[in-house]
Amino acid sequence: MTARLALDGVHTHIGRYHILQGVDFDAPAGATTMLLGRNGAGKTTCLRTIMGLWRPSRGTIALGDSAISGLRASAIARAGVAYVPETMAVFADLTVRENLTLAARDGPLDEARLQWIFGFFPTLRRFWLSRAGSLSGGQKQMVSIARAIVEPRRLLLIDEPTKGLAPAIVGGLIDCLKEIKRVGATLVVVEQNFRVAREVGDWVRVMDNGRIVHAGPMAEFADDAALQARLLGLSLDSRQ
Amino acid sequence: MTVGDFGAALPRPRRDLLPIFAPLIVAAIAAPFIGSASSFVTLTAAGLAMGMMIFTMASGLTLAFGMMDVLNFGHGAFISLGAYVAALAFAPLTSWAQADSWPLNLALLALTLAAAVVVCGLFGLVFERLVIVPVYGQHLKQILATIGGSIVAEQLLYALFGPDVIALAPPASFRGAFLIGDAAIEKYRVVATLVGLVVFVGLTLALNRTKIGLLIRAGVQDREMVEALGYRVDRLFVGVFMAGAALAGVGGVLWALYRQQVHASMGGELLVLCFVVIIIGGLGSVGGCFIGAILVALIDNYAGFLAPKLALVANIGLMVGVLLWRPRGLYPVGGR
Repeated sequence: MTARLALDGVHTHIGRYHILQGVDFDAPAGATTMLLGRNGAGKTTCLRTIMGLWRPSRGTIALGDSAISGLRASAIARAGVAYVPETMAVFADLTVRENLTLAARDGPLDEARLQWIFGFFPTLRRFWLSRAGSLSGGQKQMVSIARAIVEPRRLLLIDEPTKGLAPAIVGGLIDCLKEIKRVGATLVVVEQNFRVAREVGDWVRVMDNGRIVHAGPMAEFADDAALQARLLGLSLDSRQ
Repeated sequence: MTVGDFGAALPRPRRDLLPIFAPLIVAAIAAPFIGSASSFVTLTAAGLAMGMMIFTMASGLTLAFGMMDVLNFGHGAFISLGAYVAALAFAPLTSWAQADSWPLNLALLALTLAAAVVVCGLFGLVFERLVIVPVYGQHLKQILATIGGSIVAEQLLYALFGPDVIALAPPASFRGAFLIGDAAIEKYRVVATLVGLVVFVGLTLALNRTKIGLLIRAGVQDREMVEALGYRVDRLFVGVFMAGAALAGVGGVLWALYRQQVHASMGGELLVLCFVVIIIGGLGSVGGCFIGAILVALIDNYAGFLAPKLALVANIGLMVGVLLWRPRGLYPVGGR
C-alpha cells in the first residue's frame, strides 16, 4: 500500500518567481519524512508541486513506479495521495460529516475507519453535525487530517499540522501521525515545531532557497545542534 | 450505531432564520399602506410569482458565479433563448395550447420546459467552451467577453427570428384568475409560482442530499481543495454552467408566457435584476437567491402600486439596505 516518493530535479515557477530550483529528494515507503527549512525556503511550494497544485516547469516526481509530475491534482489524489494544506482548507459551510463524506471517494463512509479516527479525535464525534466553519482552529485541523485519512492512502502530504495549536492538541496529533504511519502510509510532513519533527520523523530533508541542502536520518539531525543552527537558523521558533 | 447516527443526539447547529422572515416583514410593512386586503393579496401573489421566475433565472447565475468565479454578463442570452424555445414549441402545438384542458396545457408546458432545458443547456456548453474558458480567472476580460458573447447571441436571435416581438399567449387553462373573495389571483401566476417552487425544492434537495450537490457546495467555497480530493473541478464547472443556462432557459419560458411576448433583448433587460438578486442573497447561495428574488419582486410590486415612480429605484434601495445590514448578502457563502 505504501509507496516511495522521489523528486528528481524539480523546478517550479510561480509567475516570474523561480521558487523550486532543482529539488531532489526521496521519501522512503512506510516512513515519515520531515521537510524542514526557514520561512520562504520553498517547503509549501514543494508539497503543492507534488500534489499537482503547481505544475513543475522541469524535473520528475514519481510515486512508486509511476510518474505523477504534470498530472492534474485530481489524478494525483486518485493515485493515492492526500494533502493537508497549511490553511486546513476545510469546507466551512459543510458539516464535519459532509467534509469527510466528500473525501471518501470510493463509497460511503466506513464505520470502522471512522471509529479509528474518532479514537484520535473524539471531538469530531461531538461536532459531527456542526458546520466546520464554526469549529476552533485545532478542531478544523482535526477535520483536515481526518479528511486525508478517511480512506487508506499511499502518501500523505501534511503542511504544518501543529501550527497555532494548543499543546494538548499537539500530543493527540503526534499520536495520530505515528499511527497513520504504522497502519501503512508514507508521510511527508512540513513542520516548524522541532520537538514534533524529532518525535514523529524517521528522515529529514532540509530545504533552503528552493533546494534540498541536507538529507539524512531525523535522529542524527536532532542530535547535531550545530547542523540545526546552520541549516535552520537560530530563529527556529520551537527548538521548544 | 450507523454512520449517520454519530452526533444524532446533539442539537443541530442554529440556523440563521432572520433573512427568511424578511419577506414577511416587508409584506407586513406594506400591508397598511396598501389598505385594501384584496389588493394586498393580489399584489403579494403577483410578487411571489415574479419572485419565483426571477429566482429560476438567477439561481444558475449565482451557482456559476459562486463556484466558477465567472462574471457572466451573457446570462441574459440563455433567458432569451428559453423564451424563443417556448415560441417554437408552442407553434406546432397550437391545438394543445388552445384546448381548455389542464392536462394538455400542463403537458405542453412540461414539454416546453424540457426543450428549454436541453437547448439552453447545450448552448451553455458551447458558450462556456468558446467564451468562458479563455477568460477563467480574469474578471475584466470576463465582463468584456461575456458582454460580447451576449451581443452576438442576441443578434443571432434577431437574424434567425426577425426583429419583431413575437406574441405568445399562455395555454387556455392558464388564462383568467382564481377569485378568493375580492382578490383576483391570475392562474398563470399560480402555475409559475409552483414551477419556481419545484425548481427551488429540486435544487435544494440536489445540493444537500447528493454527492454532486456536496461537490458543488464545496466547490463554491474552495475549488482547489475539491480538486485535491480527487474530483475533476473543470467537469463540475461545465456541468454547473450547463445547469445554470438550463435554469435560465426555464426562467425565460416562464417569463415569456407571463409577459406574453418574446424578443431577443428580454434576457438583457432582466440581467440587472438577476444580479441584484444574487448580490442581495449572497454570491453562490441558492437559499439567499430564493429569499432575495422574493424580496425584490414583492418590493417591485408594492412600490409599483404605492409609488410607481419609486418602483424604478426601489430594488436598488433594497440592495443598499441589505448590504448595509449584511455586507456579504443574506446568506454569505465561504469567503465570498
